[in-house]
Amino acid sequence: MPSKADILAQADRLHGFFRAAGGQPVHTAILQPAETLLDLYGEDIRARAYVTSDALRGEQMLRPDFTVPVVQMHMDSGADPARYTYMGEVFRRQERDPHRPNEYVQVGYELFDGADPAKADAEVFALFSEVLSPLGLRAATGDIGLLLAAVEGLSTSDKRKAALKRHLWRPRRFRALLDRFGGRAPVPETRKRLLAQLERKGVDAVMAAAGPEIGLRSAPDIKARLVALMQDAAEPAIAPAEAELLDDILGLRETCANALEHLRDIAVDLPSILPALDRMQARLDALSDQGIDVDLLDFEASYGRTTMEYYDGFVFGFYAETRPDLPPVASGGRYDALTRILGQGRAAPAVGGVVRPELVLALSEGAP
Amino acid sequence: MMLKLGVPSKGRLMEKTFDWFAGHGVNIRRTGSDREYSGAVEGISGIDLVLLSAGEIPRELAAGRIHLGVTGSDLVQERIADWEARVSALEPMGFGFADLVIAVPRCWVDVDTLDDLDAAAAAFRAAHGHRMRIATKYHRLVREFLRDAGVADYSLVDSQGATEGTVKNLTAEAVADITSTGETLRANHLKILSDGLIHRSQATLFKSRTAPCDDDVRAVLRTLIGRMELGS
Repeated sequence: MPSKADILAQADRLHGFFRAAGGQPVHTAILQPAETLLDLYGEDIRARAYVTSDALRGEQMLRPDFTVPVVQMHMDSGADPARYTYMGEVFRRQERDPHRPNEYVQVGYELFDGADPAKADAEVFALFSEVLSPLGLRAATGDIGLLLAAVEGLSTSDKRKAALKRHLWRPRRFRALLDRFGGRAPVPETRKRLLAQLERKGVDAVMAAAGPEIGLRSAPDIKARLVALMQDAAEPAIAPAEAELLDDILGLRETCANALEHLRDIAVDLPSILPALDRMQARLDALSDQGIDVDLLDFEASYGRTTMEYYDGFVFGFYAETRPDLPPVASGGRYDALTRILGQGRAAPAVGGVVRPELVLALSEGAP
Repeated sequence: MMLKLGVPSKGRLMEKTFDWFAGHGVNIRRTGSDREYSGAVEGISGIDLVLLSAGEIPRELAAGRIHLGVTGSDLVQERIADWEARVSALEPMGFGFADLVIAVPRCWVDVDTLDDLDAAAAAFRAAHGHRMRIATKYHRLVREFLRDAGVADYSLVDSQGATEGTVKNLTAEAVADITSTGETLRANHLKILSDGLIHRSQATLFKSRTAPCDDDVRAVLRTLIGRMELGS
C-alpha cells in the first residue's frame, strides 16, 4: 500500500499535467451543504456519503465528489469557455466491504465549453488517455445521450417515455417497465380491479369510498394519477420490433467505428437516434484529430448506466485489465443536465473526469 | 474465560426470554434486589449473564463483547453493517413478532405496490417541489429495500416514535414502521402496500462471530447448545 505522501506526490504530478493542459487550479470546501446533494442524488447518497451537522448550518456532507461544487463555482463565475483542475480527498461511506477506502484522493479536470461539444469530449478523453498511457489500461466509452434518444423514439406516450428515461440508471427497473409497456409482463390483479372500479363507478366515487384525506399528497394529486392510469391502460403496447431495437442498442459492445456503423443500420427503423449518431460521428472525428485510434476504442452502449445519474452524454472509464479487483483508475463524462439543475435554468455544457492517484501508483509499482 | 450471554434487562421481552430458555432446559433468573441488573444461569457453570437494553445487544454482539445475545432480528439487521459477517442467527425464538412494512394513506387509491409508490413519488416531486418523505427509524433496511425495488424520488425522515402520526401532521407522506396487527396503522388511516413487507422480525438468539473464544468458552457453548437441543 503506497504511503499518503507518495499518493499526494503522484496527485501533484497529475495535477501539474492538467494545469499544463490549461486547467485553472480550483479548491472547494470539504464540508458541503447536504441539501443540494440530497436533492440531486436522493437517499442513495446518504448510504455513500458521511453526513454531519451543526445547529447553525444544519446537515453537511463530507465532499463525496468535486463535480457538484466545481459546477456551482463555475455557474457563479459565468466564464465560458473555462477549464478547471483540482486535487483533494473525497469521502465515501462503506457499509459492506471493509477493504474499500472511505477516503481517497481524486485529481480532476473539467471543461465548460458550449461551442463545440464533440471537441470538448475529445479533449478531455485525450488528456486522460495521455496521462494514463504508460499503464496500458483498457478504455471503455459509452453515450447516455444515445440511450435517451432511443427511448425518445419509441412509439408510445410521453408519460411512458418519461418513466423509462427516469429509470435509465436503474437497469432492472428499466427492464421491468419496458416489459410492462411492451405487454410482456402481466398487469397486476389489484391494478385490474382498480381500473374496473374506475370504469364502473367513476374516479370521484372510488376516491370518496377510500377514507379521509390525510397528508400533503392531495386529492387532486391522486385524481391526476388515476386519470393517468386510465389513459395508460388505453395506450397500445410498445411493438415487439421496437423493443428489440432498444435491446439491440443496449446490448451493443463493439469498437467505436463498428458500433457507429451498426447504429446507422438501426437508425433506419429508429430515426430519433440520428442526431445522437451525428454527435457520435463528430466526437470520433475529434478523437481521431487528438490522435486516438477509434478503430480500436471500445464502445459499450450500456456503459455508465449503473453510476451516478448525472452523466447524460459521452461517458468513459479506464480499467486495469490485469486487476479486475480494482475500481476504474479514471472515469468521467458529459453532464449538461446537471449544470442546468444547479444553474437554475442556466446551462453550461460541461464534460470532465477524475483519476485516482493511489491506483496509478499501485499499477505503476506493479509494472515491470 | 466466561461465556457472556446478553439478555434483555426488563419487561415482557426479558420474561419471555427467560421462559424460552426454561422451555429449553436452561433456567435463568435475576439475582440481587429487584432493581439490580444482575442474573445467573443455573446448572451450567462458566456463563456470565449480562442484562442489557435490547437495543444495545446488537452493538455488543458486533463488537464481540458478548458471545450470545437475544434481540430482535430487525435491530440486528438495521444496526450492524454487514451483519451476516459479524453475527449468526442460532435460533428464532417464536416471540416478539413484528413486521417492518411500508404504509401509505388509505385515501391513496392509486397506490398499491412499490411500482405505484415510485410513480406517485415522481409526480409528487414534480408537483410539490420536494421528494416524497417516508418517516422511519429503520433507515438502512428501508433504504436498501427501496433501492432494490428501484423506487426513486423519496427521502427518509427520521421518526423515533408515533411514526403513524407523521402523515397527518404533514411531516411525511408515507411511513415505514413496525407493526404486529396493523391496528395502529388502520387507526391512523394508513394501509400497507401489498408488496411492502421489508422484514419479518422476531426475537432471535444470536451468536457473535467476532467475540474472542478460548477452549473454556467453546466447551460451555457446546454444553449450552447441547442442553437446549438446538440444531446448530
